[in-house]
Amino acid sequence: MQRKTLSTKTQFFLTLFLVLGIWFLLFLAKNNASEYVILILNLIAINVIFATTLTFINGITGIFSLGHAGFIAIGAYVSSLLTLPIEQKEMSFLIKPLIYPLNKVEMSFFPACIIAGLVSALFGYIVAAPSLRLIGDYLAIATLGLGETIRIIANNTWSITNGALGLKAIPPYTNLWWTWGWAFVTVLVIASLVKSSYGRALKAIREDSLAAKAMGINVFSHQVMSFVLGSFFAGIGGALWAHLITTIDPKSFMFVKTFEILIMTVLGGLGSISGAIIGAAIYTVGLEFLRVLEAPFSIGSITFPGIPGMRMVVLSLLLILLMLFWRRGIMGRRELSWNGLYNFLRRIRFSSRGDRA
Amino acid sequence: MNMQTFLQHFINALSLGGIYALIAIGYTMVYGILRLINFAHGDVFTYGIYFAFYAVVAFFFPWWMAFIFSIFVTALLGAAIERVAYRPLRNAPRISALITAIGVSFFLENFAIVAFGGRAKSFNPQTGIYPTTFLKMLRFGNIRVPLLTFLTLGVVALVLIVLLWIVYHTKVGMAMRAISKDITATRLMGVNADRIVSFTFMIGSGLAAIGGILWAMKYPQIYPFTGMIPGLKAFIAAVVGGIGSIQGAMIGGFTLGVAEIMIVAFFPSWAGYKDAFAYAILLVMLLFRPTGILGVDVPEKV
Repeated sequence: MQRKTLSTKTQFFLTLFLVLGIWFLLFLAKNNASEYVILILNLIAINVIFATTLTFINGITGIFSLGHAGFIAIGAYVSSLLTLPIEQKEMSFLIKPLIYPLNKVEMSFFPACIIAGLVSALFGYIVAAPSLRLIGDYLAIATLGLGETIRIIANNTWSITNGALGLKAIPPYTNLWWTWGWAFVTVLVIASLVKSSYGRALKAIREDSLAAKAMGINVFSHQVMSFVLGSFFAGIGGALWAHLITTIDPKSFMFVKTFEILIMTVLGGLGSISGAIIGAAIYTVGLEFLRVLEAPFSIGSITFPGIPGMRMVVLSLLLILLMLFWRRGIMGRRELSWNGLYNFLRRIRFSSRGDRA
Repeated sequence: MNMQTFLQHFINALSLGGIYALIAIGYTMVYGILRLINFAHGDVFTYGIYFAFYAVVAFFFPWWMAFIFSIFVTALLGAAIERVAYRPLRNAPRISALITAIGVSFFLENFAIVAFGGRAKSFNPQTGIYPTTFLKMLRFGNIRVPLLTFLTLGVVALVLIVLLWIVYHTKVGMAMRAISKDITATRLMGVNADRIVSFTFMIGSGLAAIGGILWAMKYPQIYPFTGMIPGLKAFIAAVVGGIGSIQGAMIGGFTLGVAEIMIVAFFPSWAGYKDAFAYAILLVMLLFRPTGILGVDVPEKV
């Protein structure tokens, strides 16, 4: 049986229907679902942003970066400082007052998000230039160090970030439209890039940077662009996250944050955008189910107390087992596509006909 | 700052640097033969402290027996980690091995929270974990040096001599050096490479336990994340000294320890950024001399 491809027009309409379908489901959820479910839905979309950007940097371009939490932190801090009401800023900054331009600013959410993304991208550019001269493990350690450095700076610059006290009472602007809208834009931009000639150049760099260089690809500038784009959306994700949980402090951006996103991408398949989306969704929902482990449970008449910290034990075991036995992840490097689905359905139909004959 | 304060800080820095050096050796030996950053090494260090702690508190070992017990058990833990998590990935892409190592590190940390509890435990001589004599101050003019500092430096010197003897004058050491050049060819020469790798992990983890016990005597609060920051810094020390080289790890460890204490001593207002210095040193080193102080340049294979 030969593979058939759908026309571009059909594919476009199918995608449009899918997006409208999700939009409708979100509309239903917004009006009917409980606050808890809405929180989870928001977290899924934010994690999709994080996982997609990390996949783009790590899986597609092959830069093994461990500094993602740093860019999320920048996005979260910049946006919160812009949207916090002026009186709230005066109340929060007890140790040292906030420096001049920031203490007079109060912005609406959308421009704050964009500025957060841009500042994060700028930091991405500053970080990328020196660390991309390194390769492999060295790059991983250097980016980990830079991510941690961002956190240490946030912990000490009292007049900008309010130090270890963090920012409180951030206006809860984040809702389903913002999170899913931004997730959609992120996936759209990154997926179209991956499909373009630019994306093919990135994949060539991942496979063999020397060979890519020999083919005339400017390896360094492509890697920097990929890193900057990744940090832009990571910053926006951070902004959404900050306005969802409304309280941030430097401890929220420890290396654990990067680790969680790494699990999502590895679970979905390092190198696949659709894998990143699936991984993020499974991880977010799975984490909620794992709460059972930490809650007290009873067998017969004996009640056992919950074991705090058990969730992370299970998660880290999951990562090790994934790497040992299922390194490909759910999607490997493949992508979900309408053509793939179409051919899959056709194959099922043909094989069932074959059975009858 | 006068000479006396300077010397006081310097001695303090030496004992810190010695501990970094002991941990850095574990990183450098493993990286030298497997090209793997053993992310879990810092947590192996934590477990070394906990083993010594529980040997005294729960099993009522005398302190010296507890310390020897901890070194051996930690060595076995290191070998077990290698066997379970790293050996199956020997031929996998290096990034997979690195991700696994991160996973092992998180597993050990979180398992420690569940098994030993998240609250800090006190590792001080008042609870009888080790004799108070170790903390006795010796006076040299106006400079006070705790006995522990001499102990640390003595242990570091001894370890360096023994390790250099093992690596350069024994059959096992020869096999280690051979594996670091080419593991496949070494196997073909009839060397049981897996056993040598296990042995290397045991040495590295045993040294981490020694470093951990010395660390806990210096900073007597132990909690599941104790090893995270010293582990990262020791890794940086290994890179600064030239990863793969034992003497390099020593030099790197002392460099980092002295730099950290001295910067804070000269600029007290920067104390909050203490942990960021190590990363700054790492970045500068990687940019200007990526092979480290004593490292050898390995050309990229096409």
